[in-house]
Amino acid sequence: MSIDESTAARVAKLARIRVEPEALPALAAEFNTILGFIEQLAEVDIDGIEPMTSVTPQRLKRREDVVTDGNQQAAVLANAPDAREGFFAVPKVVE
Amino acid sequence: MSDLNKLGLAEARDALRKGDASSVELTQACLDAIEGAGALNAFVHQTPQIALTQANAADARIKAGDAPAMCGLPIGIKDLFCTKGVPSQAGSRILQGFLPEYESTVSQRLFDAGAVMLGKLNMDEFAMGSSNETSVYGNAVNPWRRGNDDTALTPGGSSGGSAAAVAADLCLAATGTDTGGSIRQPAAFTGTVGIKPTYGRCSRWGIVAFASSLDQAGPMTKSVRDAAIMLTAMCGHDPKDSTSADLAVPDFEAAMTGDMRGKKIGIPREYRMDGMPDEIEALWQDGIAMMKYAGAQIVDISLPHTKYALPAYYVIAPAEASSNLARYDGVRYGHRATLEQGDGITEMYEKTRAEGFGAEVQRRVMIGTYVLSAGFYDAYYNRARRVRTLIKKDFDDVFADGIDSILTPATPSAAFGLGEMVDADPIAMYLNDVFTVTVNLAGLPGISVPTGLNRQGLPLGLQLIGRPWEEADLLSSAYALERSAGFVAKPGKWW
Repeated sequence: MSIDESTAARVAKLARIRVEPEALPALAAEFNTILGFIEQLAEVDIDGIEPMTSVTPQRLKRREDVVTDGNQQAAVLANAPDAREGFFAVPKVVE
Repeated sequence: MSDLNKLGLAEARDALRKGDASSVELTQACLDAIEGAGALNAFVHQTPQIALTQANAADARIKAGDAPAMCGLPIGIKDLFCTKGVPSQAGSRILQGFLPEYESTVSQRLFDAGAVMLGKLNMDEFAMGSSNETSVYGNAVNPWRRGNDDTALTPGGSSGGSAAAVAADLCLAATGTDTGGSIRQPAAFTGTVGIKPTYGRCSRWGIVAFASSLDQAGPMTKSVRDAAIMLTAMCGHDPKDSTSADLAVPDFEAAMTGDMRGKKIGIPREYRMDGMPDEIEALWQDGIAMMKYAGAQIVDISLPHTKYALPAYYVIAPAEASSNLARYDGVRYGHRATLEQGDGITEMYEKTRAEGFGAEVQRRVMIGTYVLSAGFYDAYYNRARRVRTLIKKDFDDVFADGIDSILTPATPSAAFGLGEMVDADPIAMYLNDVFTVTVNLAGLPGISVPTGLNRQGLPLGLQLIGRPWEEADLLSSAYALERSAGFVAKPGKWW
């Protein structure tokens, strides 16, 4: 599997990371090096093997469906780059 | 007493309880050592006010006869842990200015046990790296040098600041985290002890997430006994982390006998890599001889899927990272890019993440995005998870055959020079974790113990891998190895 520049650009877009067009060839080459390394996994016989979902055989605990936290608007917004009137502020989303 | 900062946790604890020193004196000795160690760039946010307040409180508790396990002992905290009101950036520009409104469970447990926080420690950005060179704070520097050569060496990574600080006696011990070897590799590079416990022993709550199915916190210390003391304080069930194990935590120090009689130590043939330096092979053989002399039975074992561990890791860890790091979007915390007229929300995300993440983090987030994307999910991500099942089964099989623990080298080399890997492709750096990453994939406990010096006078470590939840037995074996090796070398002070 070889990654070309347009695939690299598509991945960058999906990851929401701006990559300047002139950086795409080097990025594609790096992806190809790493994917070439990962490609070794194709040698392994995985017939009938289940994908791991939990490394320790444990059941996730369930808790009571009750409110345990809340009323922390100031703490939640304290680190926001832009908070106004009790909300996170972002650029206009809807035209 | 002089040079209080050079004490380990056990010695300092005993000195405090006997009244030979106070926590304030101990803490001040560390703060002075930190002040004089700017060249190591280990502590990136210092908290002397918090430290002295905690030290005073600890002295009062000791005087009142109410001294918990870590009472008055000054430690450093890796920047990956959220500490309330104290910068917690995960070594990244994207979390610049972030002041957590809460305390991580592990750091809270340490404070509850009386520990004193000296500050936050340097690390690779989001714990992605093996040399501390991806940090926004710049490189942490290893206090060890190659003889009289003044080349600056890496303390390893990602817990490079933690390892450098402990090795240079800037603190008595430090927290680390380990996703693929980030506690054990830096410990080996700096002549210190580092243990990654079984997945689920330490709560991950409040630790900035890299790869959630692999991340575990652990202590980095000056001795195995210190690791046992600090690990006991860090472990325990936490309802806020659904993967945290609801199991009793033994007193690891009390369980540490060092008795190897009747123990079976496995030596995995697949860990004998092509091109492995002679000095690593010699170190390993010495370790085998020490274990045998201590009374253990040495058994050759096979872990057949070992060579697939790194490739599986470099699918699973980036996949989880791409998901975990999606939260850094410039909305809720940290950095937001300055936008131009007409930029919308997509431009805000893309510019913020391009500015906020360094090159290695961007690379891994994009690789993770690719292996999870439509059409590749089965071929890469699901295949890697199935290989992971096989890697864990390799360990299950040898433990079922009666092996108590497994002895391997901790790293394929001694500490290398900062900048030496700049032109290498990313895979060359990834190979640092070749002996440690299997342990994360299988969720097992692993400890790195310094056992020798190489020809250039740099420390080298061996790794012991234990059965799940049997850290007590693992620490006991590590104690036997430490006693046999008698490693006492320290770096000469040049900083």
